[in-house]
Amino acid sequence: MLRAEHEPRARGDGSGGVLPRPLPSAAMADALAVEGLTVTLGRAEIVRSLSFRVPEGTSLAIIGPNGSGKTVLLRALVGSVPSRGRIEWMAGARLGYVPQKLDIGRDVPLSGMDLLLAKKAVAKGGDEVLHVLDRVGLRERDVQKPIGTLSGGQFQRLLVGLALLGRPRVLLLDEPTSGVDIPGQERLNELIRRVQQEEGLTVLLVSHDLSVVFRYADNVLCLARERAWFGPPRHILTPELLTEVYGAPVEFHVHDD
Amino acid sequence: MTIDGASLAVSIAAAAAAGIVGCFAVMRRMALAADAMSHVALPGIGVALALRIHPLFGAAAMLFFGALLIWGVERRARMATETVIGVVFSAALAVGSLMSSGEELVDALFGGAGALGAAEAAFGIAAAALVVIVVLAKRSSLVLALVSPDIARTSGIDPSRLNLLYLEVFALTVALGLRYLGVLLMGSLIIIPAATAKRLARNLSGMFGWSVAVAIVSSGVGTWAAEVLHRPTGPLIISAAAICFLASLVRRPA
Repeated sequence: MLRAEHEPRARGDGSGGVLPRPLPSAAMADALAVEGLTVTLGRAEIVRSLSFRVPEGTSLAIIGPNGSGKTVLLRALVGSVPSRGRIEWMAGARLGYVPQKLDIGRDVPLSGMDLLLAKKAVAKGGDEVLHVLDRVGLRERDVQKPIGTLSGGQFQRLLVGLALLGRPRVLLLDEPTSGVDIPGQERLNELIRRVQQEEGLTVLLVSHDLSVVFRYADNVLCLARERAWFGPPRHILTPELLTEVYGAPVEFHVHDD
Repeated sequence: MTIDGASLAVSIAAAAAAGIVGCFAVMRRMALAADAMSHVALPGIGVALALRIHPLFGAAAMLFFGALLIWGVERRARMATETVIGVVFSAALAVGSLMSSGEELVDALFGGAGALGAAEAAFGIAAAALVVIVVLAKRSSLVLALVSPDIARTSGIDPSRLNLLYLEVFALTVALGLRYLGVLLMGSLIIIPAATAKRLARNLSGMFGWSVAVAIVSSGVGTWAAEVLHRPTGPLIISAAAICFLASLVRRPA
Protein backbone atom coordinates (compact mmCIF):
# COMPACT_ATOMS: atom_id res chain seq x y z
CA MET A 1 0.00 0.00 0.00
CA LEU A 2 2.77 2.35 0.89
CA ARG A 3 4.48 3.20 -2.34
CA ALA A 4 7.07 5.68 -3.41
CA GLU A 5 4.68 7.37 -5.76
CA HIS A 6 2.82 8.80 -2.83
CA GLU A 7 5.86 10.69 -1.70
CA PRO A 8 5.64 13.80 -3.91
CA ARG A 9 2.06 14.24 -2.85
CA ALA A 10 3.00 14.65 0.76
CA ARG A 11 5.16 17.57 -0.21
CA GLY A 12 2.44 19.28 -2.18
CA ASP A 13 1.70 22.94 -1.84
CA GLY A 14 -0.64 22.39 1.04
CA SER A 15 -3.53 24.14 -0.63
CA GLY A 16 -5.14 21.06 -2.10
CA GLY A 17 -7.33 18.50 -0.51
CA VAL A 18 -10.07 20.76 0.69
CA LEU A 19 -13.39 20.20 -0.93
CA PRO A 20 -16.44 22.03 -1.89
CA ARG A 21 -18.85 21.87 1.01
CA PRO A 22 -20.88 18.71 1.09
CA LEU A 23 -24.44 19.05 -0.07
CA PRO A 24 -26.81 19.77 2.77
CA SER A 25 -29.09 16.88 3.45
CA ALA A 26 -32.19 18.27 5.00
CA ALA A 27 -34.33 15.27 5.75
CA MET A 28 -31.93 12.43 6.32
CA ALA A 29 -29.52 11.87 9.16
CA ASP A 30 -25.94 11.17 8.24
CA ALA A 31 -24.76 7.58 8.36
CA LEU A 32 -21.24 8.93 8.27
CA ALA A 33 -19.71 12.35 8.80
CA VAL A 34 -16.03 12.90 8.10
CA GLU A 35 -14.21 16.11 9.00
CA GLY A 36 -10.59 16.95 8.25
CA LEU A 37 -9.53 13.34 7.79
CA THR A 38 -5.82 12.88 7.19
CA VAL A 39 -4.17 9.50 6.76
CA THR A 40 -0.41 9.22 6.82
CA LEU A 41 1.41 6.01 6.01
CA GLY A 42 5.09 6.22 6.74
CA ARG A 43 5.95 9.74 5.66
CA ALA A 44 3.43 9.94 2.87
CA GLU A 45 0.11 11.68 3.31
CA ILE A 46 -2.27 9.40 1.47
CA VAL A 47 -5.45 11.27 2.34
CA ARG A 48 -5.31 14.90 3.29
CA SER A 49 -7.86 16.93 5.21
CA LEU A 50 -10.86 15.24 3.70
CA SER A 51 -14.42 16.18 4.65
CA PHE A 52 -17.66 14.63 3.42
CA ARG A 53 -20.97 13.27 4.57
CA VAL A 54 -22.97 10.22 3.64
CA PRO A 55 -26.69 10.57 4.39
CA GLU A 56 -28.31 7.41 5.65
CA GLY A 57 -29.66 5.16 2.91
CA THR A 58 -27.67 6.81 0.13
CA SER A 59 -24.74 5.51 -1.82
CA LEU A 60 -21.36 7.16 -2.10
CA ALA A 61 -19.00 6.15 -4.88
CA ILE A 62 -15.29 6.65 -4.29
CA ILE A 63 -13.35 6.98 -7.52
CA GLY A 64 -9.89 8.06 -8.57
CA PRO A 65 -6.79 6.74 -10.27
CA ASN A 66 -4.69 3.89 -8.88
CA GLY A 67 -2.72 4.94 -5.84
CA SER A 68 -5.02 7.84 -5.00
CA GLY A 69 -5.86 6.33 -1.63
CA LYS A 70 -9.32 4.84 -2.14
CA THR A 71 -8.63 1.60 -0.29
CA VAL A 72 -6.68 3.43 2.41
CA LEU A 73 -9.62 5.76 2.93
CA LEU A 74 -12.06 2.88 3.26
CA ARG A 75 -9.78 1.10 5.71
CA ALA A 76 -9.28 4.28 7.72
CA LEU A 77 -13.05 4.68 7.99
CA VAL A 78 -13.35 1.32 9.75
CA GLY A 79 -10.30 1.93 11.94
CA SER A 80 -7.93 -0.51 10.25
CA VAL A 81 -5.55 2.32 9.38
CA PRO A 82 -4.71 5.04 11.92
CA SER A 83 -5.87 8.51 10.95
CA ARG A 84 -6.34 12.03 12.24
CA GLY A 85 -9.55 14.02 12.06
CA ARG A 86 -13.11 13.10 12.87
CA ILE A 87 -14.92 9.99 11.66
CA GLU A 88 -18.43 9.75 13.02
CA TRP A 89 -20.65 6.80 12.24
CA MET A 90 -24.31 6.99 13.14
CA ALA A 91 -25.19 5.39 16.46
CA GLY A 92 -25.42 1.63 16.24
CA ALA A 93 -24.04 1.50 12.72
CA ARG A 94 -23.18 -2.10 11.95
CA LEU A 95 -20.68 -2.25 9.13
CA GLY A 96 -20.27 -4.89 6.47
CA TYR A 97 -16.94 -4.82 4.65
CA VAL A 98 -16.13 -6.34 1.28
CA PRO A 99 -12.35 -6.15 0.85
CA GLN A 100 -10.66 -5.89 -2.52
CA LYS A 101 -8.85 -9.14 -1.91
CA LEU A 102 -8.22 -11.58 0.89
CA ASP A 103 -4.87 -11.84 2.63
CA ILE A 104 -4.50 -15.56 1.99
CA GLY A 105 -3.30 -17.77 -0.84
CA ARG A 106 -5.72 -19.67 -3.06
CA ASP A 107 -4.41 -22.97 -1.72
CA VAL A 108 -5.65 -22.43 1.83
CA PRO A 109 -8.07 -25.19 2.87
CA LEU A 110 -10.93 -22.97 3.93
CA SER A 111 -14.35 -23.47 2.42
CA GLY A 112 -16.84 -20.71 1.80
CA MET A 113 -18.91 -22.28 4.54
CA ASP A 114 -15.97 -21.97 6.98
CA LEU A 115 -15.93 -18.22 6.36
CA LEU A 116 -19.70 -17.85 6.60
CA LEU A 117 -19.93 -19.85 9.84
CA ALA A 118 -17.01 -17.90 11.31
CA LYS A 119 -18.71 -14.61 10.49
CA LYS A 120 -22.01 -15.82 11.85
CA ALA A 121 -20.39 -16.99 15.09
CA VAL A 122 -18.58 -13.70 15.60
CA ALA A 123 -21.37 -11.38 14.48
CA LYS A 124 -23.91 -13.18 16.70
CA GLY A 125 -27.50 -13.14 15.66
CA GLY A 126 -28.42 -11.98 12.21
CA ASP A 127 -29.48 -13.98 9.23
CA GLU A 128 -29.15 -17.67 8.71
CA VAL A 129 -26.32 -18.71 6.43
CA LEU A 130 -28.68 -20.44 4.00
CA HIS A 131 -30.81 -17.32 3.71
CA VAL A 132 -27.77 -15.21 2.87
CA LEU A 133 -26.60 -17.76 0.30
CA ASP A 134 -29.96 -17.51 -1.36
CA ARG A 135 -29.78 -13.72 -1.47
CA VAL A 136 -26.37 -13.63 -3.11
CA GLY A 137 -27.23 -16.44 -5.51
CA LEU A 138 -24.86 -19.14 -4.28
CA ARG A 139 -25.74 -22.79 -3.80
CA GLU A 140 -24.79 -24.71 -0.69
CA ARG A 141 -22.50 -26.98 -2.67
CA ASP A 142 -20.62 -23.96 -4.07
CA VAL A 143 -19.57 -22.94 -0.59
CA GLN A 144 -18.63 -26.46 0.52
CA LYS A 145 -15.64 -26.24 -1.82
CA PRO A 146 -12.31 -24.59 -0.93
CA ILE A 147 -12.54 -20.87 -1.67
CA GLY A 148 -9.62 -21.11 -4.08
CA THR A 149 -11.78 -23.15 -6.47
CA LEU A 150 -14.59 -20.59 -6.76
CA SER A 151 -14.95 -18.51 -9.90
CA GLY A 152 -14.28 -14.78 -9.64
CA GLY A 153 -17.98 -13.99 -9.59
CA GLN A 154 -18.85 -16.66 -7.03
CA PHE A 155 -16.01 -15.51 -4.81
CA GLN A 156 -17.14 -11.89 -4.85
CA ARG A 157 -20.72 -12.91 -4.13
CA LEU A 158 -19.41 -14.96 -1.21
CA LEU A 159 -17.67 -11.83 0.12
CA VAL A 160 -20.89 -9.82 -0.22
CA GLY A 161 -22.73 -12.62 1.58
CA LEU A 162 -20.16 -12.52 4.38
CA ALA A 163 -20.68 -8.78 4.73
CA LEU A 164 -24.46 -9.24 4.83
CA LEU A 165 -24.37 -11.90 7.56
CA GLY A 166 -24.09 -9.47 10.47
CA ARG A 167 -27.22 -7.56 9.33
CA PRO A 168 -25.21 -4.44 8.55
CA ARG A 169 -26.69 -0.96 8.18
CA VAL A 170 -23.75 0.18 6.09
CA LEU A 171 -21.92 -1.73 3.36
CA LEU A 172 -18.38 -0.78 2.41
CA LEU A 173 -17.27 -2.38 -0.84
CA ASP A 174 -13.77 -2.11 -2.28
CA GLU A 175 -13.99 -2.77 -6.01
CA PRO A 176 -16.39 -5.68 -5.62
CA THR A 177 -16.45 -6.37 -9.37
CA SER A 178 -12.71 -6.59 -9.97
CA GLY A 179 -11.65 -9.86 -11.54
CA VAL A 180 -15.22 -10.67 -12.54
CA ASP A 181 -16.45 -11.15 -16.12
CA ILE A 182 -18.97 -8.73 -17.60
CA PRO A 183 -22.16 -10.73 -16.91
CA GLY A 184 -20.82 -11.39 -13.41
CA GLN A 185 -20.23 -7.68 -12.89
CA GLU A 186 -23.77 -6.86 -13.89
CA ARG A 187 -25.06 -9.53 -11.57
CA LEU A 188 -23.01 -8.16 -8.67
CA ASN A 189 -24.06 -4.57 -9.29
CA GLU A 190 -27.65 -5.71 -9.47
CA LEU A 191 -27.23 -7.66 -6.22
CA ILE A 192 -25.70 -4.73 -4.37
CA ARG A 193 -28.38 -2.40 -5.68
CA ARG A 194 -31.14 -4.81 -4.66
CA VAL A 195 -29.96 -5.37 -1.07
CA GLN A 196 -29.43 -1.66 -0.65
CA GLN A 197 -32.99 -0.90 -1.71
CA GLU A 198 -34.60 -3.76 0.18
CA GLU A 199 -32.95 -2.90 3.47
CA GLY A 200 -32.31 0.80 3.10
CA LEU A 201 -28.59 0.26 3.47
CA THR A 202 -26.04 3.00 3.19
CA VAL A 203 -23.38 2.03 0.65
CA LEU A 204 -19.79 3.19 0.25
CA LEU A 205 -18.42 1.78 -2.98
CA VAL A 206 -14.93 2.06 -4.42
CA SER A 207 -15.29 1.59 -8.15
CA HIS A 208 -13.51 2.10 -11.44
CA ASP A 209 -16.69 1.66 -13.42
CA LEU A 210 -17.83 5.21 -14.05
CA SER A 211 -20.99 4.12 -15.88
CA VAL A 212 -22.13 2.29 -12.76
CA VAL A 213 -21.11 5.21 -10.58
CA PHE A 214 -23.04 7.65 -12.73
CA ARG A 215 -26.10 5.48 -12.73
CA TYR A 216 -26.30 4.39 -9.11
CA ALA A 217 -24.36 6.71 -6.84
CA ASP A 218 -26.05 9.56 -5.03
CA ASN A 219 -22.73 11.24 -4.38
CA VAL A 220 -19.23 10.83 -5.72
CA LEU A 221 -15.99 11.34 -3.88
CA CYS A 222 -13.17 11.68 -6.39
CA LEU A 223 -9.66 11.33 -5.00
CA ALA A 224 -6.60 12.49 -6.88
CA ARG A 225 -3.00 13.05 -5.98
CA GLU A 226 -3.31 16.60 -4.78
CA ARG A 227 -6.94 17.12 -4.04
CA ALA A 228 -10.39 15.65 -3.87
CA TRP A 229 -13.88 16.50 -5.10
CA PHE A 230 -17.23 15.65 -3.59
CA GLY A 231 -20.72 16.06 -5.01
CA PRO A 232 -23.46 14.43 -7.06
CA PRO A 233 -22.32 12.47 -10.13
CA ARG A 234 -23.45 15.15 -12.60
CA HIS A 235 -21.13 17.67 -11.00
CA ILE A 236 -18.16 15.40 -10.57
CA LEU A 237 -18.18 13.17 -13.62
CA THR A 238 -17.56 15.95 -16.12
CA PRO A 239 -15.11 15.47 -19.01
CA GLU A 240 -12.97 18.35 -17.76
CA LEU A 241 -12.65 17.11 -14.21
CA LEU A 242 -12.06 13.50 -15.24
CA THR A 243 -9.33 14.56 -17.66
CA GLU A 244 -7.69 16.54 -14.89
CA VAL A 245 -7.90 13.69 -12.41
CA TYR A 246 -6.91 10.80 -14.65
CA GLY A 247 -4.47 12.76 -16.80
CA ALA A 248 -6.26 11.63 -19.97
CA PRO A 249 -9.77 11.83 -21.36
CA VAL A 250 -12.02 9.19 -19.80
CA GLU A 251 -15.16 8.05 -21.53
CA PHE A 252 -18.09 6.28 -20.04
CA HIS A 253 -21.64 5.54 -21.04
CA VAL A 254 -24.48 7.45 -19.52
CA HIS A 255 -27.72 5.55 -19.46
CA ASP A 256 -30.57 7.96 -19.68
CA ASP A 257 -33.11 5.92 -17.87
CA MET B 1 15.10 -44.53 27.47
CA THR B 2 11.88 -46.29 28.32
CA ILE B 3 8.39 -45.26 27.41
CA ASP B 4 6.45 -44.47 30.52
CA GLY B 5 2.78 -43.58 30.66
CA ALA B 6 3.18 -40.00 31.79
CA SER B 7 5.69 -39.13 29.08
CA LEU B 8 3.51 -40.70 26.43
CA ALA B 9 0.44 -38.80 27.61
CA VAL B 10 2.33 -35.51 27.61
CA SER B 11 3.79 -36.10 24.17
CA ILE B 12 0.38 -36.93 22.72
CA ALA B 13 -1.18 -33.87 24.34
CA ALA B 14 1.66 -31.64 23.15
CA ALA B 15 1.39 -33.10 19.65
CA ALA B 16 -2.34 -32.36 19.54
CA ALA B 17 -1.69 -28.78 20.66
CA ALA B 18 1.08 -28.39 18.07
CA GLY B 19 -1.18 -29.73 15.34
CA ILE B 20 -3.99 -27.31 16.16
CA VAL B 21 -1.79 -24.24 16.63
CA GLY B 22 0.18 -25.05 13.48
CA CYS B 23 -2.90 -24.81 11.25
CA PHE B 24 -3.13 -21.06 11.69
CA ALA B 25 0.65 -20.63 11.67
CA VAL B 26 0.82 -22.26 8.25
CA MET B 27 -2.20 -20.43 6.85
CA ARG B 28 -0.76 -17.13 8.09
CA ARG B 29 2.51 -18.01 6.39
CA MET B 30 4.45 -17.55 9.60
CA ALA B 31 6.51 -20.72 9.30
CA LEU B 32 9.72 -18.72 9.62
CA ALA B 33 8.52 -16.88 12.70
CA ALA B 34 7.49 -20.20 14.18
CA ASP B 35 10.88 -21.67 13.68
CA ALA B 36 12.62 -18.60 15.01
CA MET B 37 10.37 -18.47 18.03
CA SER B 38 11.54 -21.89 19.08
CA HIS B 39 15.12 -20.60 19.19
CA VAL B 40 14.30 -17.82 21.59
CA ALA B 41 13.76 -20.30 24.40
CA LEU B 42 17.44 -21.12 24.44
CA PRO B 43 18.85 -18.09 26.28
CA GLY B 44 16.05 -18.58 28.81
CA ILE B 45 17.17 -22.13 29.40
CA GLY B 46 20.74 -20.92 29.79
CA VAL B 47 19.75 -18.33 32.39
CA ALA B 48 17.57 -20.81 34.23
CA LEU B 49 20.37 -23.37 34.40
CA ALA B 50 22.77 -20.71 35.65
CA LEU B 51 20.28 -19.66 38.34
CA ARG B 52 19.56 -23.30 39.14
CA ILE B 53 15.84 -23.05 38.51
CA HIS B 54 13.80 -25.35 36.30
CA PRO B 55 14.80 -24.70 32.66
CA LEU B 56 11.14 -24.73 31.65
CA PHE B 57 10.50 -21.52 33.59
CA GLY B 58 13.40 -19.75 31.90
CA ALA B 59 12.28 -20.96 28.51
CA ALA B 60 8.65 -20.04 29.09
CA ALA B 61 9.59 -16.55 30.24
CA MET B 62 11.77 -15.95 27.18
CA LEU B 63 9.09 -17.34 24.87
CA PHE B 64 6.54 -15.03 26.40
CA PHE B 65 8.75 -12.04 25.60
CA GLY B 66 9.63 -13.47 22.21
CA ALA B 67 5.94 -13.52 21.33
CA LEU B 68 5.57 -9.94 22.52
CA LEU B 69 8.56 -8.96 20.41
CA ILE B 70 7.19 -10.53 17.23
CA TRP B 71 3.85 -8.91 17.91
CA GLY B 72 5.45 -5.49 18.34
CA VAL B 73 7.52 -5.85 15.19
CA GLU B 74 4.54 -7.00 13.14
CA ARG B 75 2.54 -4.01 14.30
CA ARG B 76 5.18 -1.52 13.37
CA ALA B 77 6.87 -2.59 10.19
CA ARG B 78 5.23 -5.24 8.07
CA MET B 79 7.93 -5.32 5.46
CA ALA B 80 10.83 -5.83 7.82
CA THR B 81 9.29 -8.52 10.00
CA GLU B 82 11.07 -11.45 8.42
CA THR B 83 14.43 -9.72 8.52
CA VAL B 84 14.08 -8.65 12.12
CA ILE B 85 12.93 -12.10 13.14
CA GLY B 86 15.88 -13.66 11.35
CA VAL B 87 18.37 -11.36 13.06
CA VAL B 88 16.89 -11.34 16.57
CA PHE B 89 16.40 -15.05 16.83
CA SER B 90 19.72 -16.05 15.36
CA ALA B 91 21.18 -13.76 17.99
CA ALA B 92 19.09 -15.50 20.64
CA LEU B 93 20.50 -18.82 19.51
CA ALA B 94 24.04 -17.44 19.68
CA VAL B 95 23.58 -15.95 23.14
CA GLY B 96 21.84 -19.07 24.34
CA SER B 97 24.60 -21.33 23.17
CA LEU B 98 27.16 -19.16 24.95
CA MET B 99 25.21 -19.41 28.18
CA SER B 100 24.62 -23.12 28.22
CA SER B 101 27.16 -25.75 27.54
CA GLY B 102 27.79 -29.18 26.10
CA GLU B 103 25.26 -31.77 27.04
CA GLU B 104 22.77 -29.27 28.43
CA LEU B 105 22.74 -27.50 25.10
CA VAL B 106 22.20 -30.64 23.08
CA ASP B 107 19.36 -31.61 25.43
CA ALA B 108 17.77 -28.18 25.08
CA LEU B 109 18.05 -28.20 21.30
CA PHE B 110 17.03 -31.74 20.53
CA GLY B 111 15.20 -32.93 23.59
CA GLY B 112 16.53 -34.41 26.75
CA ALA B 113 16.38 -37.86 28.23
CA GLY B 114 14.85 -38.68 31.54
CA ALA B 115 11.35 -39.39 32.75
CA LEU B 116 8.91 -36.62 33.61
CA GLY B 117 7.86 -36.01 37.17
CA ALA B 118 4.18 -36.18 38.00
CA ALA B 119 3.93 -32.42 38.44
CA GLU B 120 5.69 -31.80 35.13
CA ALA B 121 3.39 -34.20 33.35
CA ALA B 122 0.28 -32.66 34.88
CA PHE B 123 1.43 -29.19 33.93
CA GLY B 124 2.19 -30.31 30.40
CA ILE B 125 -1.20 -31.89 29.85
CA ALA B 126 -3.03 -28.92 31.37
CA ALA B 127 -1.11 -26.47 29.20
CA ALA B 128 -1.75 -28.53 26.06
CA ALA B 129 -5.44 -28.64 26.88
CA LEU B 130 -5.44 -24.88 27.37
CA VAL B 131 -3.82 -24.36 23.96
CA VAL B 132 -6.35 -26.58 22.20
CA ILE B 133 -9.30 -24.97 23.98
CA VAL B 134 -8.17 -21.40 23.27
CA VAL B 135 -7.54 -22.02 19.56
CA LEU B 136 -10.82 -23.88 19.07
CA ALA B 137 -12.78 -21.29 21.02
CA LYS B 138 -11.24 -18.49 18.97
CA ARG B 139 -11.33 -20.29 15.64
CA SER B 140 -14.01 -18.07 14.11
CA SER B 141 -12.21 -14.87 15.05
CA LEU B 142 -8.90 -16.34 13.89
CA VAL B 143 -10.41 -17.30 10.53
CA LEU B 144 -11.84 -13.83 9.95
CA ALA B 145 -8.64 -12.07 11.01
CA LEU B 146 -6.71 -14.46 8.78
CA VAL B 147 -8.69 -13.71 5.63
CA SER B 148 -9.11 -9.98 6.19
CA PRO B 149 -8.33 -7.68 9.09
CA ASP B 150 -11.00 -5.33 7.74
CA ILE B 151 -13.73 -7.97 7.86
CA ALA B 152 -12.50 -8.90 11.34
CA ARG B 153 -12.55 -5.33 12.58
CA THR B 154 -16.01 -4.57 11.22
CA SER B 155 -17.20 -7.77 12.91
CA GLY B 156 -16.07 -6.42 16.27
CA ILE B 157 -12.73 -8.19 16.53
CA ASP B 158 -9.55 -6.37 17.53
CA PRO B 159 -7.08 -8.09 15.17
CA SER B 160 -4.06 -6.84 17.06
CA ARG B 161 -5.18 -8.22 20.41
CA LEU B 162 -6.19 -11.47 18.80
CA ASN B 163 -2.77 -11.71 17.19
CA LEU B 164 -1.06 -11.27 20.55
CA LEU B 165 -3.23 -13.96 22.09
CA TYR B 166 -2.37 -16.31 19.23
CA LEU B 167 1.37 -15.65 19.49
CA GLU B 168 1.33 -16.29 23.24
CA VAL B 169 -0.57 -19.54 22.74
CA PHE B 170 1.99 -20.40 20.11
CA ALA B 171 4.82 -19.66 22.56
CA LEU B 172 3.18 -21.86 25.17
CA THR B 173 3.01 -24.68 22.65
CA VAL B 174 6.73 -24.36 21.95
CA ALA B 175 7.41 -24.44 25.68
CA LEU B 176 5.36 -27.63 25.91
CA GLY B 177 7.61 -29.48 23.56
CA LEU B 178 10.75 -28.48 25.31
CA ARG B 179 11.22 -31.52 27.43
CA TYR B 180 10.76 -34.21 24.88
CA LEU B 181 11.52 -32.60 21.51
CA GLY B 182 13.88 -29.78 22.31
CA VAL B 183 13.42 -26.19 21.22
CA LEU B 184 14.70 -26.62 17.67
CA LEU B 185 12.38 -29.48 16.92
CA MET B 186 9.18 -28.22 18.53
CA GLY B 187 8.88 -25.53 15.87
CA SER B 188 8.99 -28.32 13.31
CA LEU B 189 6.25 -30.32 15.04
CA ILE B 190 4.05 -27.23 14.84
CA ILE B 191 4.73 -26.55 11.18
CA ILE B 192 5.18 -29.90 9.42
CA PRO B 193 1.89 -31.62 10.37
CA ALA B 194 -0.04 -28.46 9.56
CA ALA B 195 1.76 -28.10 6.23
CA THR B 196 0.82 -31.70 5.48
CA ALA B 197 -2.78 -31.03 6.47
CA LYS B 198 -2.92 -27.96 4.26
CA ARG B 199 -2.25 -30.16 1.25
CA LEU B 200 -4.80 -32.80 2.19
CA ALA B 201 -7.73 -30.89 3.67
CA ARG B 202 -10.57 -29.09 1.91
CA ASN B 203 -11.93 -27.17 4.86
CA LEU B 204 -11.00 -26.00 8.34
CA SER B 205 -12.23 -29.06 10.23
CA GLY B 206 -10.36 -31.27 7.80
CA MET B 207 -7.22 -29.27 8.35
CA PHE B 208 -7.49 -29.54 12.12
CA GLY B 209 -8.12 -33.27 11.84
CA TRP B 210 -5.27 -34.06 9.49
CA SER B 211 -2.82 -31.85 11.36
CA VAL B 212 -3.55 -33.35 14.76
CA ALA B 213 -3.52 -36.87 13.33
CA VAL B 214 -0.15 -36.39 11.64
CA ALA B 215 1.33 -34.80 14.77
CA ILE B 216 0.12 -37.57 17.07
CA VAL B 217 1.02 -40.41 14.73
CA SER B 218 4.48 -38.93 14.21
CA SER B 219 4.96 -38.62 17.96
CA GLY B 220 3.87 -42.21 18.52
CA VAL B 221 5.96 -43.63 15.69
CA GLY B 222 8.97 -41.53 16.70
CA THR B 223 8.74 -42.59 20.32
CA TRP B 224 8.43 -46.23 19.33
CA ALA B 225 11.30 -46.01 16.84
CA ALA B 226 13.49 -44.37 19.47
CA GLU B 227 12.89 -47.35 21.71
CA VAL B 228 13.71 -49.86 19.01
CA LEU B 229 16.66 -48.03 17.45
CA HIS B 230 18.10 -46.63 20.69
CA ARG B 231 18.19 -43.17 19.20
CA PRO B 232 16.93 -39.80 20.57
CA THR B 233 13.17 -39.39 20.33
CA GLY B 234 12.88 -35.83 19.01
CA PRO B 235 14.68 -36.23 15.70
CA LEU B 236 12.75 -39.44 14.99
CA ILE B 237 9.41 -37.74 15.63
CA ILE B 238 10.28 -34.96 13.21
CA SER B 239 11.55 -37.48 10.65
CA ALA B 240 8.22 -39.29 10.87
CA ALA B 241 6.34 -36.01 10.36
CA ALA B 242 8.57 -35.15 7.41
CA ILE B 243 7.79 -38.51 5.81
CA CYS B 244 4.07 -37.74 6.17
CA PHE B 245 4.63 -34.41 4.47
CA LEU B 246 6.55 -36.00 1.60
CA ALA B 247 3.75 -38.53 1.21
CA SER B 248 1.23 -35.70 0.99
CA LEU B 249 3.15 -34.26 -1.96
CA VAL B 250 2.14 -37.30 -4.00
CA ARG B 251 -1.44 -36.21 -3.87
CA ARG B 252 -2.37 -33.24 -5.99
CA PRO B 253 -3.60 -30.25 -4.00
CA ALA B 254 -7.36 -30.29 -3.52
